[in-house]
Amino acid sequence: MTALADTAPGETRARPSFYFRYLVEPYLYLSPAIVLIALVMMVPLAIGISYAFQSVNLLRPFETGWVGFENFQALWSDRKFWLALTNTFWWTLGSISLQFFLGLGLALLLNTQFHGKRLVQALVFLPWAVPTFLSALTWAWLFNPTIGPLPHWLAALGILSEPYNILADPDLAMWGPITANVWFGIPFFAITLLAALQSIPGELYEAAEIDGASTWQCFTKITLPFLAPMIAITVMLRTIWIANFADLIFVMTGGGPANSTQILSTYIFTTAFRKLDFGYASAIAVALLGLLLIYAAILLVLRRKLVKI
Amino acid sequence: MRNFGKQSTVAVAGKYLALGFYVAFALFPLYWLAKIAVTPDKLIFTDGTALVPSSFTFENFRTVLLHTDFLAYFRNSLVVSLGTAAITTCIAAAAGYAFSRFDFRGKRLIIAAMLITQMFPLLMIIAPIYKIVAAVGLLNSLTSLIIVYTAFNIPFATFLMQSFFDGIPKDLEEAGMIDGCTRFQALRKIILPLTLPGLAATLGFIFTAAWSELLFALMLINSNDTMTFPVGLLTFVSKFSVDWGQMMAAGVLALVPSCLFFIFIQRYLVQGLTSGAVKG
Repeated sequence: MTALADTAPGETRARPSFYFRYLVEPYLYLSPAIVLIALVMMVPLAIGISYAFQSVNLLRPFETGWVGFENFQALWSDRKFWLALTNTFWWTLGSISLQFFLGLGLALLLNTQFHGKRLVQALVFLPWAVPTFLSALTWAWLFNPTIGPLPHWLAALGILSEPYNILADPDLAMWGPITANVWFGIPFFAITLLAALQSIPGELYEAAEIDGASTWQCFTKITLPFLAPMIAITVMLRTIWIANFADLIFVMTGGGPANSTQILSTYIFTTAFRKLDFGYASAIAVALLGLLLIYAAILLVLRRKLVKI
Repeated sequence: MRNFGKQSTVAVAGKYLALGFYVAFALFPLYWLAKIAVTPDKLIFTDGTALVPSSFTFENFRTVLLHTDFLAYFRNSLVVSLGTAAITTCIAAAAGYAFSRFDFRGKRLIIAAMLITQMFPLLMIIAPIYKIVAAVGLLNSLTSLIIVYTAFNIPFATFLMQSFFDGIPKDLEEAGMIDGCTRFQALRKIILPLTLPGLAATLGFIFTAAWSELLFALMLINSNDTMTFPVGLLTFVSKFSVDWGQMMAAGVLALVPSCLFFIFIQRYLVQGLTSGAVKG
């Protein structure tokens, strides 16, 4: 096809050979990206997986070597691991569902017409530009009864018996990072879903209106089916991303109190960063990766069944 | 962009109420950050949860700028983020162009590899990277952070750039090549000027990502001279954990670069996504 185009005008000029076009030229453009990704991500990934089967502890440098599945056996009987797994599940589910529904609501609102739309759009997307560590610190401060208003408001509403810091309460602490994550994540869903909404042909709605369809019917029969592929892909990517997302929890609670906010990714980080036990940290990471792959596979199968393109 | 014509006043009021809720939810934490930052130290506790401080001061900002290592952290972060953004954008533009314009052997394999890098927990490679960086003697250097961040951001930036290139008709550069340009000249003179919004969006994206990265910076940097902003602020918080006004002032200052970038790119963002990235 492209080879044919080459034979058109200007044929006598040095015609790029077939091999150059198909084997060399694309790789000239790609090589920096390939080299960096291979060296900085793929090689360490392979090393990381191999660490899971070794004893690599910088604090005990003489006990290195292959240990087979010992790290995984330790993992199986590690109570903290199972607790972190449960916490990961609630953290991810709570964050993703609130982010998604609030983000969808915002995208639908922004897809209508109103005064000051440009300004409103810039303002509501702003949390996304806030560096994560700063969102975490800001929300941690808001939940602090000394300087933050939230505990006082919650107490006034009767949700808390007295204004105390929920980040220090094992039963409620997880809501702190979840709130921060929802605040931070709504704009992502709003932006991507808004982009998808704007690509729905307007004629469909006009036709539906002529046929006397209600707003709700338009939403379920036109909007949702058009959004479905986008929803499937963004929810999948965000779930994986949130399950891996350690920054907010690490800054806000450090996994505490009493490990009540310890999720797998913060557990990986603290094991590597504080205990310098790279072997065990890698074993947890491999377990998390396996779980996420299973999740992604299930979602892709569901998507193929539900969404027919 | 559609209007259902006759909307009841209740619906309109509800819509503005909902929008008001979203705006308030988005802005309130930032407002509070700024409020505490300008409240004089001795009023922080007495003012408590009052929405507006009874007097203002910029003393906290002055202290943070002049009497702490804040400016050094800020400079380090700026170097790392700008370096990462510039290098990543160049590399990703080249790679995205290759994906958009060529069919070649191994294309699917490379795309699959890039997708995989987006799937696995980055924390998984934190230990190997630490050991490698330590082995080549780059611990505590900003160069190591730039290299690591660049690699992390290339896959996403490449897909983003590919979608921008996909939005530009092939005929344009083919016309240029028929007129005697080489492909590279056509890319530089015809295509790149058209992708400027795309390049800007990618640049901003990567800048903010690099600006906020915390965990790898925490792992790879522990000397005070080369700390980036997130690491510096976190040590600041644990060291002087009672000086609320100063911490918040530092926080407000940390917001400035990423918000500036964001205001600059946000209109390209939806436009860019609409024009290609997620269609289909």
